[in-house]
Amino acid sequence: MSFLQYNTLLVLTGTCLLGAVGGFVGSLAVLRRRALAGDAFAHASLPGLCLAFFLVGERSFIALLIGAFVTGSLGLAAVALLRRFSRIKEDAALGIVLSVFFGAGIVFSRIIQGQHTTGNKAGLDSYIFGKTAGIISQDVLLIAAAAGLCLLVILLLYKEFQLVTFDADFGQSQGWPVLLLDLLMLGLLGLVVTIGLPAVGVVMVAALLILPAVTARFWTDRLSRMLPISAVLGAAMGAGGTALSSSYADLPAGPVIVLTGTSFFIVSALFAPRRGLIARWRQSRFLPLPPPELDDGLPYVAPDPGGRL
Amino acid sequence: MDHLAFWTILAGLLTGVSCALVGCFLVLRRMSLLGDAISHAVLPGIAVGFLLSGKISGPAIVLGAMTMGLLTAFLTQSITSATRVSEDASLGVVFTAFFALGVVLLTISAKGVDLDAGCVLYGLIEFIPFDTIEWNGLLIPRAIITLGFTLLLTGSVIALFWKELKLASFDPALATTLGYPASLLHYLLMALVAGVTVASFEAVGSILVVAMLVVPAAAAHLLTDRLGIMILIASLLASLSAIFGYLFALQYNTSVAGMMAVVAGGFFALALILAPRYGLLAKVLRQARLTLRIAREDLLGTLYRREEANQRGEQPAATSGRPDLLTGSRPLFRKLALRQLLHRGLVQGRADHYELTPAGRDRAIQLVRAHRLWEAYLEQNVSLPPDHLHAPAEKMEHYVGPNLLRELESALRQPATDPHGRTIPPSGPSPR
Repeated sequence: MSFLQYNTLLVLTGTCLLGAVGGFVGSLAVLRRRALAGDAFAHASLPGLCLAFFLVGERSFIALLIGAFVTGSLGLAAVALLRRFSRIKEDAALGIVLSVFFGAGIVFSRIIQGQHTTGNKAGLDSYIFGKTAGIISQDVLLIAAAAGLCLLVILLLYKEFQLVTFDADFGQSQGWPVLLLDLLMLGLLGLVVTIGLPAVGVVMVAALLILPAVTARFWTDRLSRMLPISAVLGAAMGAGGTALSSSYADLPAGPVIVLTGTSFFIVSALFAPRRGLIARWRQSRFLPLPPPELDDGLPYVAPDPGGRL
Repeated sequence: MDHLAFWTILAGLLTGVSCALVGCFLVLRRMSLLGDAISHAVLPGIAVGFLLSGKISGPAIVLGAMTMGLLTAFLTQSITSATRVSEDASLGVVFTAFFALGVVLLTISAKGVDLDAGCVLYGLIEFIPFDTIEWNGLLIPRAIITLGFTLLLTGSVIALFWKELKLASFDPALATTLGYPASLLHYLLMALVAGVTVASFEAVGSILVVAMLVVPAAAAHLLTDRLGIMILIASLLASLSAIFGYLFALQYNTSVAGMMAVVAGGFFALALILAPRYGLLAKVLRQARLTLRIAREDLLGTLYRREEANQRGEQPAATSGRPDLLTGSRPLFRKLALRQLLHRGLVQGRADHYELTPAGRDRAIQLVRAHRLWEAYLEQNVSLPPDHLHAPAEKMEHYVGPNLLRELESALRQPATDPHGRTIPPSGPSPR
């Protein structure tokens, strides 16, 4: 049993925590329509990783993560500024930021690889696709600390976050510091993405935030239940993916974690009791006029005379 | 220029222009991220094509990737419509899942082959000149032929469906009501995106394709309002990005594809700042000019009201002394505005105060007239209390043009005084 060894157990703990906190923070992000902000943050963190690598010179987990967090935040700030002050729409702003920052990251990483010849390529490449095998106990401690921080902040500010997530305009009119709360939520998102980088990699780390949250949404309509469900799903996704990838040594962990999460999503999308496809299909057969569900803020679509949505 | 540089730049150029062509439509239709998702999601298609054919290029891979690209567009849309997962989240689910699948398939299938995960991300444009085939007695890189064919195909499809694509981009609802098959056009565009992405994959990899799709098109969008010109500008910027990307990459000994993205980003930043109409600089200047005009007009109005007070024999609340006239908000703009008024001969300086010249008085009369007419109009039609009339009129007086003035005059039937009992100065030159 290879995955009961100390190292594997350590890695399992790390990814499990990571998945849980990703599910927690991701729920808020997805409900706030910020699913892809995590993706932009992750791509924008690559130049920071490389610069930190360049400045510190050797693999210092914390320095790399700080670098990643800094340029990732710059990327999100750029998206927000483009949206606010130019005619560029959000989708294009996200695309521009993630591709240009990523390009800059590739440029830096190649320059660095040209200067240091020993084994650095592997170090940086593992951040692109994710490599849990490299996680050591200090890293797990760091992940645990970050996860604990996120949990604490969300529990303390639960009511405020709920308000901002569901009706920011109302919050604004009632005098809540909406901008500050929003920034704090983005900060948590950035933190999760940053600590998720080494495990899942730049390209797929956004899935840590999106998959558990979107999956949990199938099972409940209440935020108070969605958060724990999403956290549990995230933890299962992280642990399951790590366990699977460690039994097939060649597979990078990141993609396997993502595929594990995807399978949860598919199962839920099909079989969830009320919102799943099968349930909805049956409901539409027996109830020709389903009641409008306005909880997503999407316009209610009237069924055609055949009774199908 | 040696032939290595020539072929590399040409490959970058063909890639960039093909991407920019379809990118313009993506940006206009606010679907840039679907382009991003498709460029990630073609990976498993490429991997399966490779598994089946054993080659890293050819029809199997193109077919596989095109299928995955269309599947992404289809899945994203149907997940959103069938399960009410929001569009961005379903996009995120689909592309990360496909990309993960692609990485796993590649890891399993492509051991020891030069199709590693790294080249998936940033491409192998540097190696394009080495893989040549003979064509009419010339040694031409294989990728150049593929890319050239892609550009030709993309260009001709867009030219062929120009009217339809244009309409569907700017007004999809109108396109549908006119009977154009909007969803067919949507999938046509997605097929083009998938095709361009696959062809560009080898050159710039899956993430930098996004840079070529979105960045030149977005920069062009800042520079023009016309689709045709936008496409031309985007193509030009993409070409320049390819050329300078190669040159800078050579200089710093780094990735050509990465540098192309960075140069494109630089062009975008320039457009963002310097664009004549939508640029940040233009916006700031417009704002400053407006503030300055308002400051000028406020000064003229103030001087006129003081003259009025003097004529009535009232002791003005304050003199028109220099420091007094310039206090208030935005002192810098006030100072500048006063200098302009003096320069234009609308105001003249006396020993201890400023006064209006005849030309300045005419201008001031127009303003004060607009102000008081507006007050009268507000009192008559909005029934605001008298002490609430001044503030809106103070703002509005700067925007009352000749047409609005005429309408006010006819609506109010030439009143003689404003609600505060002040004379509304008659239009035309002042009798003095």
